[in-house]
Amino acid sequence: MQATFRVLRYNPEKDNKPHFEDYTLDVHPTMTVLDVLHQIKWNYDGTLSFRRSCAHGICGSDGIKINGKNALACSILLKVINLKKVVTIEPLPHFPIIKDLIVDMTDFYQKLETVKPYLIVNNPAPVEGERRQSNEDAEKLFESAKCILCACCTTSCPSTWSDENYLGPAALLKAYRFVFDTRDEASDERLDIIDTPDGAWRCHTIFNCNACCPKEINITWHISQLKKAVSTREL
Amino acid sequence: MIHKYDVLIVGAGGAGLRAAVEIPKEYTCAVISKVFPTRSHTGTAQGGVCAALANEEDDSWEYHAFDTVKGSDYLGDQDSIEVMCQDAVRAVIELEHMGVPFSRTPDGKIAQRQFGGHTKPENPNDPNSRRLPVKRACYSADRTGHVMLHTLYENCLKNQVKFFSEYFVTDLILEDNICKGIVTIDIATSEIHVFHAKTVMFATGGFGRVFRITSNAHVGTGDGCALVYNAGLPLEDMEFFQFHPTGLWRLGILVSEAARGEGGILRNKDGERFMERYAPTVKDLAPRDMVSRAILTEIREGRGILGSDGTYYINLDLMHLGKKLIDEKLPEITGFARTYLGVEPTKESVPIQPTAHYAMGGIPTNVDAEVIADEKGTIVKGFYSAGECACVSVHGGNRLGTNSLLDIVVFGRRGGKKMVEYLKNAEHTEFKVDPAEKTRTLLDGVLNKKGTENIAKIRREMQEVMMDKCGIFRNEKELGEALVKIRELKERYCNASIQDKGVIFNMDLMEAIELENMLELAETIVVSAAVRTESRGAHSREDFPKRDDVNWMKHTFIWKPEDGKDSEIKYKPVTITRYKPMERKY
Repeated sequence: MQATFRVLRYNPEKDNKPHFEDYTLDVHPTMTVLDVLHQIKWNYDGTLSFRRSCAHGICGSDGIKINGKNALACSILLKVINLKKVVTIEPLPHFPIIKDLIVDMTDFYQKLETVKPYLIVNNPAPVEGERRQSNEDAEKLFESAKCILCACCTTSCPSTWSDENYLGPAALLKAYRFVFDTRDEASDERLDIIDTPDGAWRCHTIFNCNACCPKEINITWHISQLKKAVSTREL
Repeated sequence: MIHKYDVLIVGAGGAGLRAAVEIPKEYTCAVISKVFPTRSHTGTAQGGVCAALANEEDDSWEYHAFDTVKGSDYLGDQDSIEVMCQDAVRAVIELEHMGVPFSRTPDGKIAQRQFGGHTKPENPNDPNSRRLPVKRACYSADRTGHVMLHTLYENCLKNQVKFFSEYFVTDLILEDNICKGIVTIDIATSEIHVFHAKTVMFATGGFGRVFRITSNAHVGTGDGCALVYNAGLPLEDMEFFQFHPTGLWRLGILVSEAARGEGGILRNKDGERFMERYAPTVKDLAPRDMVSRAILTEIREGRGILGSDGTYYINLDLMHLGKKLIDEKLPEITGFARTYLGVEPTKESVPIQPTAHYAMGGIPTNVDAEVIADEKGTIVKGFYSAGECACVSVHGGNRLGTNSLLDIVVFGRRGGKKMVEYLKNAEHTEFKVDPAEKTRTLLDGVLNKKGTENIAKIRREMQEVMMDKCGIFRNEKELGEALVKIRELKERYCNASIQDKGVIFNMDLMEAIELENMLELAETIVVSAAVRTESRGAHSREDFPKRDDVNWMKHTFIWKPEDGKDSEIKYKPVTITRYKPMERKY
């Protein structure tokens, strides 16, 4: 069958501003949107540029906007898209476009670093063996540890759009990953970082992040746990 | 632009990041990667990282070493294997201390599961007794590589390691057997950046993209291996490429061995558990080379299942495991089956086929990750390599599952330590010629190509011929045909042009250079496979079906030929310590 894809194109070397171009090609329902992009690139227009690597939803390289919703190009099959209408493909919103579907993620990565995204322990590790942790406590981290840093959540969030200093859902999720790790000893430090108007409190539970997370992480719930931890900690 | 660093690490997967963590603050260290670090292919590893922690049952590093030697079909160097397996326990505990969120046992230790080829003797007092599967793979659900990669990256952030993400390495500067640095392109601008360094480590990953059906990421194009080869250094054991038995049918996306470790069963079109015929003791948990051959044999003998597109597959049956176990322990891979094949693993079998997965061969190194220049073990000064791109060789003819995540942290760290030792007396050695010159020529060449050939088409043809004629089963006739084809493709590459002539994020340019790299490697694989007239591990010759220990207990070293000549091949004997070669039965 045939389908038409309206792809946002922008080459700063040539274009004053981004514009759309339409590509009509033969497709089948089991193709992914990434397959479509490759088809366009390899068969029609070699200048089309996008990021991708693993092609099965783990590396987090190919977050884009498909028919208005953020998603990974490699994880959306055509069978879930209405191909009777033109399919619109754009870069992730909010971030500056470098070229075509490639955006500048510097701000995203910097905000991630703000929450001290690493295990902090002051007490020395046991001389022999692992730090003990119950499986129940470990599993509390698993959903947040699934995050692949694709930025679908952060760039879908209206709070991100309106407040350039907002840490954003991905960075807050990373904060959760360590605040609730029973091995970590810097929860308080991290809660101080997120207990600000631009931190956890800027989350207005709009749920856009949840709606588009390719790993189906309930990000809003995780942020609510951070808010709870901030509200209930000792003064 | 010229940058100066004490340590330069190319590749930000597990090996590169683990090496970076090892470099103390008094030395300057930069990590170069063509993708942002957490996009590296380590993140796709699923099932586990092995170590004889004995958290779930009795185990010992010697059993692990025995399994690795046997799994390698006796091609692995036993001294290196002993080092790795002995260090495994410390390495995994260290990962836990760094913050990896492992699944846990009821008493809070790191949880472990069974994996292919990992066994222990039924009678601990008799090492020659029947061997049974053992729980040795430490895991975090089925996202072990993902959490390891992220944890290592996080530890690099903590140590303030300097990253150059989306820089593409184009040249290795090697003069008088001293490694002096590398040349890169900043992908965002196409600017050439020279990195002048006292030590360089290549942790550049594998090259599964040489094959049509592969579990490997698009970035897995073997750039590091190709640069080493082009610089006049040898590559080792290139004929040994592992096909993982369970890739999703047609797509090659990996379905971890953990699926079988947790009890999944392979079935042919009659519903028969055919692995009982090929490996009566460990059945579905036989090593990957054996299971892949068994699958292909079933299909060839008419017991495959005919798919909608006329190709055949085998079923992976997980249904009896129950929804709870599947959701808890195999969420990611069952998600792949749902998303990509529309199959519900709790109710239907998952269609699978073998997929090109892992390069056992690569840049020859010693046990301290020092790159060696020849079969005698001559060290290249200041040059190190670790991870899939390197060949220590701990995996020999066939890697056991979970040994790759172990390899990267053990040898990444050892390489890091050795670099620090070397730095005590190291200097920045001046370049004799302009290091950027070759890259300038390369860029001009690719950008100004005017031919009619198409990069994507040449790549496709290479991937198909490698899959069809240099895959799981090989023979002299088809390898000969493959070689002719690869050389034809190399000629055609010279007449290929790219459409994108710009400087900003020129993905067309990257793909062209990557193809050039892959064509070189494809040739080394075919040539090495053609000279090895025996079957061992992942290298199965239909015309030489037996392992030949008399003539072939040796590693293949291949050098790039001068124009018009045949490749130079030499051999290095396998190091044997205590494990005598024996027939490989499971």
